[in-house]
Amino acid sequence: MELKAGSRLKSAVCDTQVMVIAAPAGDVDLTCGGAPLVDVTADAPGGEIAADHKNGTQIGKRYVNEDATLELLCTKPGEGSLALAGTALTLKEAKALPSSD
Amino acid sequence: MNLMMLLEMASGAMGDRVAVQCDDDRFSHAELYAGAGRIAAFARGTAAEHLAVLDTSSPAVPLALFGSGWAGKPFVPLNYRLTGDELDALIERITPAILVADAERARQLSGRDGLEVVTREDFLAIARGDETPPDPDWQMEPEEIAILLFTSGTTGAPKAAVLRHRHMVSYILGSVEFMAAAEDDAALVSVPPYHVAGMAAVLSSIYAGRRIVQLPNFSADRWLDVARSAGVTNAFVVPTMLQRIVAELEQKGGEPPSTLRALAYGGGKMPLPVIDRAMNLFPPTVDFTNAYGLTETSSTIAVLGPDDHRVAAFNDDPAVKRRLGSAGKPLPGVEVEIRDEDGKPVPAGEPGEIWVRGEQVSGEYLGRGSLLVEGGWFPTHDGGFLDEEGYLYVQGRIDDVIVRGGENLSPGEIEDVLHDHPAVADCAVVGVPDEEWGEAVVAAVVPTGDASVEDLQAWVKQHLRSSRVPERIEFWDELPYNETGKLLRRKVREALGGAA
Repeated sequence: MELKAGSRLKSAVCDTQVMVIAAPAGDVDLTCGGAPLVDVTADAPGGEIAADHKNGTQIGKRYVNEDATLELLCTKPGEGSLALAGTALTLKEAKALPSSD
Repeated sequence: MNLMMLLEMASGAMGDRVAVQCDDDRFSHAELYAGAGRIAAFARGTAAEHLAVLDTSSPAVPLALFGSGWAGKPFVPLNYRLTGDELDALIERITPAILVADAERARQLSGRDGLEVVTREDFLAIARGDETPPDPDWQMEPEEIAILLFTSGTTGAPKAAVLRHRHMVSYILGSVEFMAAAEDDAALVSVPPYHVAGMAAVLSSIYAGRRIVQLPNFSADRWLDVARSAGVTNAFVVPTMLQRIVAELEQKGGEPPSTLRALAYGGGKMPLPVIDRAMNLFPPTVDFTNAYGLTETSSTIAVLGPDDHRVAAFNDDPAVKRRLGSAGKPLPGVEVEIRDEDGKPVPAGEPGEIWVRGEQVSGEYLGRGSLLVEGGWFPTHDGGFLDEEGYLYVQGRIDDVIVRGGENLSPGEIEDVLHDHPAVADCAVVGVPDEEWGEAVVAAVVPTGDASVEDLQAWVKQHLRSSRVPERIEFWDELPYNETGKLLRRKVREALGGAA
């Protein structure tokens, strides 16, 4: 699928919802729980969470690929885990910003 | 992208945590979410195209902010000190609109065409009603306008700064960690809702999960009282407020609130003596943060963090010590450049105009389009420089806008009013450094005959507002002009005690 920054997607097989912060151009093989994500407004096809994609997602955390060209913000947690072309995305380190507001 | 996403996440993960409290009134995140939904339903049932609030801080403000995002109508917080012609002009610009106001003002303003006036009490009652809130059906177009904030330029009527959903959301996501606050954290918000810092404080506190404690009318002793009684851990103030809080503590000999861990400030230049005294008065464990930003940049673009404050304050090396007066370093995702008059970047150490670029930068005014130039760069009209280490120093406006108490004042607007007075042949209004206000309004007047300072001050107060009244007026024989007839404000400012 082609990803656009700002677009919102959801898992087909669990409750996970994400917002795209950054994405590489072109076709992106993005999955959650082993299945491709769908637009947040679409009907979730349903199905089983793949056994090796079951580490879960956490609300408010960001997930990135190795070269950080893909960055997703989890807006709703779920049991499946996010992966790009089969490789699990990792948690982005939170920058400790002093609370300024 | 919509502001509501931030509240939806907060409500989902920490629904029962108190989101906002004002005196005895409280809303949890879940209640704020449901309330926003009911406000949206109400707003959608009217012909309003804007949702405006003309009131001091109360839970109506976050309800209106999020409710307007849900309904898809821009939120317009108006300066509650506005009266008469000034207010009428702004109302006209946003009609048809819903206007939330206190009971007295609601009475004065009701009956106008296209204006649905709701008292604060009724507004809160709608939010707390029985109806099921709508489904999460807010529109997700990032370009939709989230907030309109009126801000003054050098001349004329205020401009409406446009902040779209994508600006505010990217600012929050870029500077706040979700649920970073501990359960008993509480942020004291005493900046008014019509100031971008007031908007930023609401959004970041909710996303971080930090209880907002609203203080509608600031005074130093009330601030200290509320900070102590509400167990406040964080606070944001403009420099004038910190100066008063420090003065209050020094005069009364009291201890700073024991729960306070972090004090952030911004909105104008912090006088060095004030931050110095504050850092010596508060325990060394208190984190001080300077947040520099503009309405047009969705608030903060650069931050001088707590450790930078400590290193600078307790250091002998002058190059390090002076950093206490800096605005710190740009936020991640924000780029800052210093450019000369021709728009060319200058090397470190050299002064020029501060330009900024980033997702959170809007630089757009309603009806006037975008001020962003090639590459998405925005000229802030603030002068300054970057030192060798990348610390940003802000030196004051390069245009002639006066920044007093965190508020932008238009000298042209005050001059126009003075010109209308029969005793004024010519005048110039400038800002001069002031420890209490950052800048004070001062005027040079060429009188026609007899004129008194008191008369002219009363005149300005009558036609504008007390904050616009020149503190000092000097009577001159003439004002300095160049050959092309341009008023040389710099010379006036210098002569009246300001910077060149």
